[in-house]
Amino acid sequence: MAKVESKRGALSEERLRDFLREMLLIRHVEEKVEERFRAGELPGFLHVAIGQEAVAVGVCQAMEDGDVFASTHRAHAHTLARGTHPNELMAELYGKIEGCSHGYGGSMHLYDVERGNLGANAVVGGGLPAIAGAALAFKLRGEPRVSVAFFGDGATNIGTFHEALNLASLWKLPAVFVLENNHWAESTPAKHHLPISDLEKRAVSYGMHSAKVDGQDVEAVHKAARRALGYARGGKGPVFLVCETYRLVGHFVGDAQVYRPKGEVAELRETQDPIAKLRERLDLSDGEFEEMDAEALGIAEGAVAFAKAGTDPKPEDALKNVYA
Amino acid sequence: MPELTYREAVRDALSRAMRDDDDVFIMGEDIAEMGGSMGVTQGMLAEFGPDRVRNTPISEMAIVGAGIGAAMQGMRPVVEIMYEDFTTLAMEQIVNQAAKHRYMSGGQVSVPLTIRTQGGAGWSPGAQHAQQVEAWFVHVPGLKVVFASTPSDVRGLLWSAIYDDNTVLFFEHRTLYPIKEEVAEEFEPIPLGRARVHREGEDVTVIATGRLVHEALSAAAEAEQEGVSVEVVDPRTLQPLDEQALVDSVKKTNRCVVAHEAVVRGGFGAEVAAVIQHQAFDWLDAPIERVGSKFTPIPFAPVMENFVVPHASDVLDAIHRTVGRDG
Repeated sequence: MAKVESKRGALSEERLRDFLREMLLIRHVEEKVEERFRAGELPGFLHVAIGQEAVAVGVCQAMEDGDVFASTHRAHAHTLARGTHPNELMAELYGKIEGCSHGYGGSMHLYDVERGNLGANAVVGGGLPAIAGAALAFKLRGEPRVSVAFFGDGATNIGTFHEALNLASLWKLPAVFVLENNHWAESTPAKHHLPISDLEKRAVSYGMHSAKVDGQDVEAVHKAARRALGYARGGKGPVFLVCETYRLVGHFVGDAQVYRPKGEVAELRETQDPIAKLRERLDLSDGEFEEMDAEALGIAEGAVAFAKAGTDPKPEDALKNVYA
Repeated sequence: MPELTYREAVRDALSRAMRDDDDVFIMGEDIAEMGGSMGVTQGMLAEFGPDRVRNTPISEMAIVGAGIGAAMQGMRPVVEIMYEDFTTLAMEQIVNQAAKHRYMSGGQVSVPLTIRTQGGAGWSPGAQHAQQVEAWFVHVPGLKVVFASTPSDVRGLLWSAIYDDNTVLFFEHRTLYPIKEEVAEEFEPIPLGRARVHREGEDVTVIATGRLVHEALSAAAEAEQEGVSVEVVDPRTLQPLDEQALVDSVKKTNRCVVAHEAVVRGGFGAEVAAVIQHQAFDWLDAPIERVGSKFTPIPFAPVMENFVVPHASDVLDAIHRTVGRDG
């Protein structure tokens, strides 16, 4: 990783272009998910991460081989950013055996253990204790690996969050807890579910090292994540990393967002789109950007075609994988 | 042959596994210096050190969840939930996480976690430290469930639970910790899913678990005085269940009593009764009788507690009903 970065630790222009490609890919995959759901092709319950791409890319690109993570119900971005092929992700959403969970999981249960994805969790906060446990295994075995949990502001109100952070800090486990603060717990705004506005304070009572970063700035997220991962990997203990971000869509695909102030989403799309921010930072010409955008769209379209051509499981395959 | 208490037998299985295998470790509340609230892990901190005998905060979700995470990395943690009543606090982690990771991932990962817990009435702790909840977990695909009733069983089954690649709920009964049994000189694991016939008989089969195995054996001895020959079978593993052994026994005796300390309604005995009636209907000469606690929380006052939970006399009454005799 070091060779593509400048001496003062800033990311190279080329690396940032890679981040932009990744964020565009996530955006187009998510838009395809919305489109294909509306077309009636996708079963189940879908949550897209439009607006939160910079957190996924910034953190996942800072992780190293051997690091692991647990995701949330809004898992597509983390999964793609950590290297799962869009074809495998899309095939999972279509319930095909070529999917990254072979049709057993679906959108809210994406796994790719080879790439460190220990599972997207559809129970808010459900994956956090196991992230502490993975970190405990790394510590007991003396392995220089870090485990990462993604979760939202809603999860900071559930018991697993508090028990997992307390345990991780008590035992100085190599874990990074990444809070994607998108300011909405499903349809409930922060002011109706949080008694504090600065969520970084959650770490204080656990004596846990913490940091806060603009989650719409991929470069800043990456830098903060790299520092957090290094801290945890160095045996100093876990880190609570707060990424301030915005959900530029509903809670789920099809959500009419009646609870959301009129104009909020439109305004945020104007001011808080992480892709537009990075495009501006890179000072790309329209031609350059359109080329990258078209490439990402092509991959997303290819993923849909791959998934549609995938293989349905046999009904009786449902009886497999219950026990090892 | 050496004799071990049930408590020593649990400790022996844990210690053997930990001596053999660095991937096995234990964690739970008060298990280190104190040696566990039941004294099961006494001396283990001195032998294995604080990294592998881990005292935890009072955080059942984190205890089970951390076990899940370590197990998903290929370790074989054994976590202790101090009382089975407290599994309620970890229910989400057990039911949604431990039981489902393998399935939801399409077989990519397994969770070789053992969750030891204990409980049961007979010492007046009141309603939140004495309920028997094993049946809840039998209802969850992906979990295995063990309820051992003797020292040799608890030792051999715990070893197998630790080395099973699935999450195993391992139930111990508080009142059994002091009981003794001879165990084999050479340690032998007992495979999960195999019943034990404690006593052979001709007239009635009593299928019992946990403390009720011992109550059933007492009842069987009394029945024998009356000329009724009782077979006592302990499934030992509730999931997977050794259906064949239970059905074979009932086909021989033609009568069946199921007995456990948990409440009758929705209890594990209901499942056993269903298995028996379905697979041995034509062999049954009497309705299957069920023995268990009355449908109340476990009361505090000793006279009430004693009234609610089943005893040998309740098993004997059930035996009498199956053979058409009044007590």
